[in-house]
Amino acid sequence: MTALSLKRIYQDKLNTVVMIMALTLVITTPLIIFASLYTKSSMLFASDHSLWDLLFSSAWEPTKGKFGFLPFIISSIEITILSVIIAAPICFLVAIHLTQYAKHWFVKIMYPVTDILAGIPSVVYGVWGILVVVPLVSDVIAPFFGIQTTGYTLLTGAIVLSIMIIPFILNILIEILNTVPFELTEAGLSLGSTRWQVIKHIILKKAKPGIISAFGLGIARAFGETIAVLMVAGNVIKIPDGLFSASYPLPALIANNYGEMMSIPLYDSALMFGALILFVTIFLFNLVSRIVIYRLERSL
Amino acid sequence: MWGIKLIGKKTEELIFKQLMRLANAIILFVIGLIVFTIMRKGLPALSWEIISQVPKGGYYFGGEGGVLNAIVGSIYLAFGATFLAFVISLPSALFINVHLQKHKKLQDIIRLFIDVMWGIPSVVYGAFAFGIMIYMGIRASLMAGIVTVAIFIMPIMIRGMDEVLKMVPKTLFESGLSLGSTKYELSYRIFFKQCIPGIATAILLSFGRAFGDVAAVLFTAGFTDNIPTSLTQPAATLPLAIFFQLSSPIPEVQNRAYAAAAILTFIILAISVFGRMALRKYKKNSIN
Repeated sequence: MTALSLKRIYQDKLNTVVMIMALTLVITTPLIIFASLYTKSSMLFASDHSLWDLLFSSAWEPTKGKFGFLPFIISSIEITILSVIIAAPICFLVAIHLTQYAKHWFVKIMYPVTDILAGIPSVVYGVWGILVVVPLVSDVIAPFFGIQTTGYTLLTGAIVLSIMIIPFILNILIEILNTVPFELTEAGLSLGSTRWQVIKHIILKKAKPGIISAFGLGIARAFGETIAVLMVAGNVIKIPDGLFSASYPLPALIANNYGEMMSIPLYDSALMFGALILFVTIFLFNLVSRIVIYRLERSL
Repeated sequence: MWGIKLIGKKTEELIFKQLMRLANAIILFVIGLIVFTIMRKGLPALSWEIISQVPKGGYYFGGEGGVLNAIVGSIYLAFGATFLAFVISLPSALFINVHLQKHKKLQDIIRLFIDVMWGIPSVVYGAFAFGIMIYMGIRASLMAGIVTVAIFIMPIMIRGMDEVLKMVPKTLFESGLSLGSTKYELSYRIFFKQCIPGIATAILLSFGRAFGDVAAVLFTAGFTDNIPTSLTQPAATLPLAIFFQLSSPIPEVQNRAYAAAAILTFIILAISVFGRMALRKYKKNSIN
């Protein structure tokens, strides 16, 4: 009897150790990623590249040792902002509809639909972008503004990207709108407000920080998306001058040059620095947005 | 006066309701359009040859063969990565929910941290792993790809499991303790068993992610025309095969990229439907 319980105790202790090790491994991963990317890119700083030059110079000539990330950073920022501008109103309206107005059967249709949209691999979005959005931009949208283009533009990338981040933002928005207690809606309605007044003045006001954070997470997601954007955005190294100009976002740069990076000195360090910029930006955006959402969920 | 204001509010509500309809319609239209486009372009190009053969000589210039190497490579990679991630994710998720039951603050911090990790794009994981591989002198291989993808899907899997483990009623935890269970028994015999359907869904979701990802394997798994026979060989993956073939100027090769995209979409949709069915079928055995 004692032997048996001793066995159980040891089993329990051993298991606790294993669990702690597993969790520690998970938690330390971002720290290891940061440390290793930083170590790799610090070779760049050691050889006379100041942080300022790397971030704010637009001279990108790897063979001459010039690494100015400005065109890529600007491309990334523009394509991200544009895609969130396209996706935001759609997500916002659908989230309000699904949480406040929609019939049960409609919600039952929309949830799997957004799940499927979220599950489609980014390379398929890229193929779809090439087949549908590129011709749409080059044959319909650009001629409408009197511009000739191949269709591989900033706008194309942003449209494809916006479709990709819709399910992501939508899920978080729905989660946030559902945290607003139903009693508040009841109280509003009993005072004679219309449904829309309740939504506008009570629910949205209550959920405002969460809604902003949801879009923050969407920005972070869009900023890091790689393959689909790489396939449709054009990839020309210059600061884009308008919606119909080709652009070259940071993740595309990293993914496109993995083959050549070993042949040119410091090139791999430069690309690791690119990954570091992505990592730090996205980490901070996610952290702030998530903290706001957690606070909101606790307070309600 | 009040009447006019109310009418104004009513119109505003009506306008927004119409806009909501429009927004819903856009989403439904787009998903329909995506599946329709991929299937319409891909299905005519699809043939038994593409599914059952590896690329032969001159394949990338329109020669004979198929993408079997990439399909098998993706399956190996996704299974390997999902298994590896599972081995680490399950203990982690159980630890958060069983051992840290009393430490709400710590639970929150860990969940926050894992949520943040979830947001990190796969290209960063890929670049990181590539940096490590150069440093250690490892070449692109199936093993390197599996490890990278496993790290990348771990946060998704843990949070997926965590969401269902969180729902286990506290009374169940307490009755387990009152019967004299150790934390180990609570974890694996009560919490784990209670949440099997939800955990299966989390695993399938991560499997789908692993199957469809490009940016993490681009650097780490390499690409080859052969089916890998050991973990140290490079492996082709289906998304990467689509990407490469599509950048070819030859229409025949491009058509095969569309066919491969149709296969990939079909597999992902099947995983999604299967996950949903699994969840429904086993849900009736759990108490909540």
